[in-house]
Amino acid sequence: MLARNAESLYWIGRYVERADDTARILDVSVHQLLEDATVDADTASRRLLAVLGITPPDGSELDVWGLTELVAMSPETGSIVSSIASARENTRVAREVVSSELWHCINSMWNAVPERQRAARRVGPHEFFTFVEDRAAMFAGLADSTMSRDDGWRFLVLGRSVERVDMLVRLLMSRVGDRPTSPGWVTVLRSAGAQDTYLRTYRGALDASRVVQFLLLDRLFPRSVFHALQQAESCLDDLDHGPSARIGAGAEAARLLGKARSDLEFLRPADLLDDLTGRLQALQTTVREVGEAVSRQYFHTVPWIEWNNAEVNL
Amino acid sequence: MSRSSSRPLFDGYLDPRRPHAQAYDEMFDPVDGVRTAYKRLHDSLTPLQPADLTTRAEALDRALVDQGITFSLSGEERPFPLDLVPRVITAAEWSRLERGVVQRVRALEAFLADIYGEQQIVADGVLPRRLITSCEHFHRQAAGIAPPNGVRIHVAGIDVVRDEQGDFRVLEDNLRSPSGVSYVMENRRTMARVFPDLFAKHRVRAVGDYAVHLLRSLRAAAPASVTDPNVVVLTPGVYNSAYFEHSLLARQMGVELVEGRDLLARNNVIYLRTTEGDQRVDVIYRRIDDEFLDPVHFDPDSVLGVAGLVNAARAGNVVIANAIGNGVGDDKLIYTYLPEILKYYLGETPLLPNVDTYRCWLPAEQTEVLDRLDELVTKPVEGSGGYGIVFGPDASPKELQAQRRRIKANPRGWIAQPVVQLSTVPTKVGERLQPRHVDLRPFAVNDGDDVFVLPGGLTRVAIPEGSLIVNSSQGGGSKDTWVLAPRASGEDAELRGPGLGTSVRSDSTSTPERGPELNVAQQQQQQ
Repeated sequence: MLARNAESLYWIGRYVERADDTARILDVSVHQLLEDATVDADTASRRLLAVLGITPPDGSELDVWGLTELVAMSPETGSIVSSIASARENTRVAREVVSSELWHCINSMWNAVPERQRAARRVGPHEFFTFVEDRAAMFAGLADSTMSRDDGWRFLVLGRSVERVDMLVRLLMSRVGDRPTSPGWVTVLRSAGAQDTYLRTYRGALDASRVVQFLLLDRLFPRSVFHALQQAESCLDDLDHGPSARIGAGAEAARLLGKARSDLEFLRPADLLDDLTGRLQALQTTVREVGEAVSRQYFHTVPWIEWNNAEVNL
Repeated sequence: MSRSSSRPLFDGYLDPRRPHAQAYDEMFDPVDGVRTAYKRLHDSLTPLQPADLTTRAEALDRALVDQGITFSLSGEERPFPLDLVPRVITAAEWSRLERGVVQRVRALEAFLADIYGEQQIVADGVLPRRLITSCEHFHRQAAGIAPPNGVRIHVAGIDVVRDEQGDFRVLEDNLRSPSGVSYVMENRRTMARVFPDLFAKHRVRAVGDYAVHLLRSLRAAAPASVTDPNVVVLTPGVYNSAYFEHSLLARQMGVELVEGRDLLARNNVIYLRTTEGDQRVDVIYRRIDDEFLDPVHFDPDSVLGVAGLVNAARAGNVVIANAIGNGVGDDKLIYTYLPEILKYYLGETPLLPNVDTYRCWLPAEQTEVLDRLDELVTKPVEGSGGYGIVFGPDASPKELQAQRRRIKANPRGWIAQPVVQLSTVPTKVGERLQPRHVDLRPFAVNDGDDVFVLPGGLTRVAIPEGSLIVNSSQGGGSKDTWVLAPRASGEDAELRGPGLGTSVRSDSTSTPERGPELNVAQQQQQQ
């Protein structure tokens, strides 16, 4: 397929997942801040912003509203609104390779943003977060039922899985400094939609190291880092139409993903907490490198912008 | 209080002609205006317009229905009405209330252990034997069943009200399977979503971790030989009025929600039928009444229970929580003897007083009750849900006559109390806020070492004007109950101390990657 379309699909997958995950993270964080009087809103908000890669404003003290405004409502890079807009822009560019229903879903989501923002300002941010989560779920469902399982689908899922790893790592990073007994670990589970499954798996015993294990290593839960890595790897595997390599891995992206996956796969669960921060940072670096490798390999990002103002250079 | 129409919500709030005007209003002091506890809440509510409030109320109702927070009334699922205005309890008021609840639970534990054991309190002549033996919920089947960690009241709900002076008084104890805690948790979640700005101005103590305490208590109750106890929640089934609560608790504890037909007893051991064969059960948090628990010992027609459960408990192979026969502790006649019980076991005087009560089974008090039947409230000693209560002042002569006959026929079955004018809290009625009567049910969880009281509890509110019956089966609603955190709270320390790893500082690598975007020249030329 056309490299440009492949790239769009990859980024649609990433942006939709990013909007969804950001909304989930924010939803539980905001409500924890509201419900739990013992948490310092400013510190918690700044930590969250740092992890999401959004520059916190100087000076003014941040509260729940300031945080929501910044992460959800503002058109600034990294906000939910900007992710929705970028997802829509990429879909528009690749209209002919995505189904009409999928386009309709994204476009109506984008169109409804101002109205949902107004509603959220009236009755509270939860309104907006639910809207984003619902639409992301709808997008996933439509993609699942209307896209052929061809390379386009693989790029979309690849983008989604890579972004999922990235966001989960960020989510864990936002909590990594908490004491193991902090009630904040419940919110980590809730952000990932994993609370019910976790409680059933571990019979209600809420334990920080188990939460981290579950979100990083669980083989069955689709929002675990391990599962997402595995899925990304299998997409790359299917995309690789070249002759099979007899030594080493075929492509850099596949090699990086496979290495990260097997690191987690064969890690002793008890060792996970040794240098957890380092491990999370390494995962984040891997995600970045995978992104670069994928785009070198498939999207040929040697930019045609080179031709800009060509006559001047001649 | 009708100062101006700039605060339309509170227009005519303290109308002196309202019913029960002497009741204690928790927001307004008739002399000094707004009470300090409610000051901020009042200030945030006052500028709101009625339409604003209606929008929120609709959002609230929708959220409740969407989440399936319902109770069944005569088989029909209904949302449990949640009022918009929270009820506020200050840190000082709460700490008094909490101590009183803990004291009561400890005394009642000692009482139940004694009643189903040596019956020392009867031998010492403090309570008459026939008081115990005539109680419908005194179950001889439970005699001699000693729970491994001594706890019989794993969960208690103590109903308290505020009298005309604003003092808390206990109206009744619920030691069997008090329900309503799910509404406490869900009300809070829903309120935070719909009315977030109110929370931002208060420091409200969290209620979300109830299930953690409950699970700890249930695990602690397990037979001593079990290292990893298998806990289940036993529900009558999906048609029960509190089924939502049963499933919520099971979900939050991550344990199996079972019906009687999922369990079986073999050789005095209880097993769970699973696809992987029978699985041993160690602790059963049951939400089924004693009478239905075990057809071998109780109602032989019961299809909800497990045959052989009581024998398994007696053999020490399974723990039933709350214990069988707890009803003897929350009988309303035994309630009147609570000061004696407290003194006998703990040597203390009650921190929370009872409501004054006449005992119809004592001839002298019965005469007085029958004389003043038209001004007293008469209640059956057992039973719940507000059924069978007769309000003397509201009853017709014919009803009073019938009541008189009922009391004479069964004096043990009735008690009488003066009409307590429950305190009032502003409640949304139509377009405005009106005083409506409320009670409070704090929940206490006993794990054998400590009695934990969930900060808050279920505030029920009687919606019809002048009504003093708050039961949901009688048209009551609920309110989110806020216990304010003390100003110098030591709980801030939670974020300090060593973490799982070191906190990360933001750096350039944390900016999210972006996809390609067309530059200006491309955008222009494409046009």
